[in-house]
Amino acid sequence: MKIAVLSGKGGTGKTFVSVNLACAADKATYADCDVEEPNGHLFFKPVIIDKTAVTVKVPLLDQDRCTRCRKCVDFCRYNALALIKDQLMIFYEMCHSCGGCVIVCPEGALTEEEREIGALEEGLSDEISVITGRMNIGEVSGVPIINEIVKRLPEEDISVIDCPPGSACVVMESIRDADYCILVTEPTLFGVHNLAMVYDLVKLFNKPFGVILNKCMSGENPAEEFCVEKGISILAKIPFDKELGRLNSQGLIAVREDRLYRELFQGILFTIEREVSP
Amino acid sequence: MKIIIPTETKSQDAPVCPSFGRAPIYAIYDTEGEAYEFLENIAADSSSGAGIKAAQIVADSGADALITYRCGENAANILETAKVKIYKAQQGTIAEHVAMYIDEELPLLTESHPGFHNGGRRGR
Repeated sequence: MKIAVLSGKGGTGKTFVSVNLACAADKATYADCDVEEPNGHLFFKPVIIDKTAVTVKVPLLDQDRCTRCRKCVDFCRYNALALIKDQLMIFYEMCHSCGGCVIVCPEGALTEEEREIGALEEGLSDEISVITGRMNIGEVSGVPIINEIVKRLPEEDISVIDCPPGSACVVMESIRDADYCILVTEPTLFGVHNLAMVYDLVKLFNKPFGVILNKCMSGENPAEEFCVEKGISILAKIPFDKELGRLNSQGLIAVREDRLYRELFQGILFTIEREVSP
Repeated sequence: MKIIIPTETKSQDAPVCPSFGRAPIYAIYDTEGEAYEFLENIAADSSSGAGIKAAQIVADSGADALITYRCGENAANILETAKVKIYKAQQGTIAEHVAMYIDEELPLLTESHPGFHNGGRRGR
């Protein structure tokens, strides 16, 4: 079972929920798809077993064969190519690796080469397999890296996918194969606004989902009001607890340290399992 | 000598468009014929890489100079290769900018930004 954890904004507690949920299972895979700033490994401190480069295909030009016919420039809808003063300029960061320029080139002057954009680290932390995606600084899109992570998730056991914030392409790629989505939110108006964005996204993807209200305090909770209004199931309310702050700041996992939190996250897992495979 | 300036409408009295790559129109002034020509910017609607395509259009137009408020890194690289000089736009209309260019009153644009869309940052 694959559970994706997402939120519209950063800092609501996606990684906190993902890490603890994975630990609440006896055996699980934790996948960090927030490839621009993966931080789940800070809690798991996994022993790294394997590291693989993630590459994308980009066009490689043979200057001698190019007749400057410009067919590739005209074809590229991402505007990754320009022909200036008889020189074909290639803008790799715009390239979506569609391979179209190679096909339309009548001279065979373009071929594809691999360009490294990041890496995957696979490791172990007790019974938890930890997969961390890392995008190189300056790269534009983490989608190819997330794609590689998702491919590695086992069909059996439980996988928890720690998504990037927002609702853009990188998030869609992260939740594509998920059996269930957890939306993490906090009791602020900003939190609700961004919860509404991911709510629309999971509805669009037709995924079963539930909300975790994080950082709950006494007083009004606009995120809870949103859930009640929309009839969204609330999986859990996690208090704005100083003890959690202390554990987090020390890179400790609450489920491994505190029996109450172990029971809380086991309860969430149980609820989700029952909903996904009744 | 041809000067190209991004603008909103086909008029020499229009202001300079704040965007280079996504400006709807380019005004081209030919100092020899002392006449304006207006070109629709087909790069304006690109989902990504508008600046690259727009710079290609500028290079293809045979312009010697571009007057703009700002210019992305990729476009600036193309224009440098194409030997198109980039000048910084000031307050005023297209015609006033042409006059400032002829009187050599326009400074060169020395800074290029890293792009606003897929060229530079991810959309969250």
